[in-house]
Amino acid sequence: MDWLLKLSFLGYLAGSAGFAAYFATNRQAVFRAGQGLFGAGAALHTAFVLWAWAGAGYPPVNGLKETLFFAAWAMALAFELVDLRYGLRVLGVVAGPAVIALMAAGFLVPGTAPADPQLLGGVWMLTHVMSLFFGYAALFLAAGAGALYLLQERSIKRKSHGFFFRRLPSLDNLDRMNHGCLAVGFTLLTLGLITGAVYAQAVWVRWWSWDPKEVWSAITWLTYAALLHERLAVGWRGRRAAVLSILGLVLILFTFLGVNLLLEGHHGPFTRI
Amino acid sequence: MDVILVGLNHKTAPVRLRECLAFGADDAGRAVAALSSTPPLSEALLLSTCNRVEVTAVTEDPAAGLAAVKEFLAREKNLALSDFDHALYAHAGDDAVRHLFRVAASLDSMVVGEPQILGQIKESYRLAAREKASGVILNRLFHRSFSVAKRVRKETGIGDRAVSVSYAAVELAKKIFGDLAGNRALLIGAGEMAELAVEHLLRNRISGVTVANRTLARAMALADRFGGEAVRFDEIADALSRSDVIISSTGAPGLVLEKSQVKAVMRARKNRPLFFIDIAVPRDIDPEINRLDNCYVYDMDDLATVVERNRDERMKEAHRAGRIVDEGVLRFREWLSGLDVVPTIKALRDKLEAIRVAEMKRTMPGLAHLSEADLAALDRMTQTMMNKALHDPIQFLKQEGGHRGTRKREALNETRQMFNLDGNGENGE
Repeated sequence: MDWLLKLSFLGYLAGSAGFAAYFATNRQAVFRAGQGLFGAGAALHTAFVLWAWAGAGYPPVNGLKETLFFAAWAMALAFELVDLRYGLRVLGVVAGPAVIALMAAGFLVPGTAPADPQLLGGVWMLTHVMSLFFGYAALFLAAGAGALYLLQERSIKRKSHGFFFRRLPSLDNLDRMNHGCLAVGFTLLTLGLITGAVYAQAVWVRWWSWDPKEVWSAITWLTYAALLHERLAVGWRGRRAAVLSILGLVLILFTFLGVNLLLEGHHGPFTRI
Repeated sequence: MDVILVGLNHKTAPVRLRECLAFGADDAGRAVAALSSTPPLSEALLLSTCNRVEVTAVTEDPAAGLAAVKEFLAREKNLALSDFDHALYAHAGDDAVRHLFRVAASLDSMVVGEPQILGQIKESYRLAAREKASGVILNRLFHRSFSVAKRVRKETGIGDRAVSVSYAAVELAKKIFGDLAGNRALLIGAGEMAELAVEHLLRNRISGVTVANRTLARAMALADRFGGEAVRFDEIADALSRSDVIISSTGAPGLVLEKSQVKAVMRARKNRPLFFIDIAVPRDIDPEINRLDNCYVYDMDDLATVVERNRDERMKEAHRAGRIVDEGVLRFREWLSGLDVVPTIKALRDKLEAIRVAEMKRTMPGLAHLSEADLAALDRMTQTMMNKALHDPIQFLKQEGGHRGTRKREALNETRQMFNLDGNGENGE
């Protein structure tokens, strides 16, 4: 079923090319073509994930290769949802390349022997994995919207109404999307950490073991908690929220990849190369 | 026969002269009917707007036609031709067609890309059609001009950018607040440009206006006009917490709003953005406010720069639009030159011959049992059939073609349409 994965990769590539072309030309038809192709890629990828899931009995997140593909899938679906909800077309130029990068990395990394199905089974594990992957995807999109916000704000403040000014949506639109993605992403992140702790209690008989992954996850969670609190209580919006959501993404990337690759820990088996 | 065009516009004539030659809605119908029956003209259309007066006509003799139009204008308006001849431009053939297409696409407008001109041309065309002043050629020409204008608007960014200060301000407000519904405007002071900006904001669905003025009576009068509320000048700080777009245009010598005032308000606003449009000279709004998070300040110079840049962009787009116009001119020329007896007869023959040959080719393989001579006889038979069928239509075209003017063109046009001689998609008009 590898061909299904390759075909969906082609869909993502063509779709993202469409998004980039839309950004350059500002033509609706180009965007719709990109949207269709990207959507087709996501549909094929969903078919692949379901097939792999049904075959193994647990979500395909065994080893770094599968994890990368799974993350790409979560990202693609999250983008489709955000596109439905906010209709923010330009976000395609952020989400598209991210999905492609994750897929490409997945193809390059060698595969692994299946882990003990006992470890990956169960409802806690399922909730843990699903909520974290989709939470990360949402927080990535929040950072993407933040980055676009900074670009647009810069062109308005500096009064240089160039390339980005015309193509990017309004500050309000970008800020609202940043907020929406943060709220969803943070909720999922929280759920993911809680179910992770419950799972740890079930398997290792410890809620918390100061494992590096756990520590970094906690740091990430605190950062987002602070950001969301400031947004709601003090009305931190716009620039500061955008900067902090980008910082949060850096922490996520480190927690997701850096910790597994650089530090030791009990997540090693799941992301082993 | 050819298309000619005579006219003057804002570039060639001052308003003083343009108003002397302008036609009101009542005159225009009668004038265009009279024009179309003035020899040697066979069709005519009159376009009269505040920036231009133009006559487009069809004639067998361009030189005489141009002179006839000029004389008509002089007679109609009781002017000596020498009084306005210097301001007139006169085009014939492709140049006339190109000029018309450029006007329709708003490339010749005072504000390039403004959309009203197309509607004005459509109105003039409707009038000419009603008065039966337009015929086969002008019908085709003006429908072509509409589609050229539509293409230009669709394929270039000619109408995309704001080219007036008040529009530029609204465009900016939209880039900050998105949909303006739910936002309020605050007008400090008064002035033509500021009031225009408020009107544009209201048209873009801003939800309310607050007016502050040194004289409360003036504030109340303006508030009345915009359906908003009036506040005293010393209540501005309070009004700031409820407003989002601030337009300031007072004659005050110093600053009306300082950074510290706005900074204090931002906390109460929970950092919801503020957009200051400072139209006053000397300025009312402290430019340092632009450094505050979620505050944006544009003064008169900033807006003028935006408008200037947008104008340049429109000019670039106008250049691209020129190519679309040229293509339209070429296609019209092709159609017009086909609209004559000889090319029409040839096109008719070619079409039937193509059908005959294609059908022969399809049937031949099934007739393998026939001899060479039989096949040749069959070929001759189909040729004869075709020629006999074509005999009467061709005679008809030659007779009608002997006439001059409208009857001939109608016959030719109908024939071309009936047999679809201009290819698909060319006949929908």
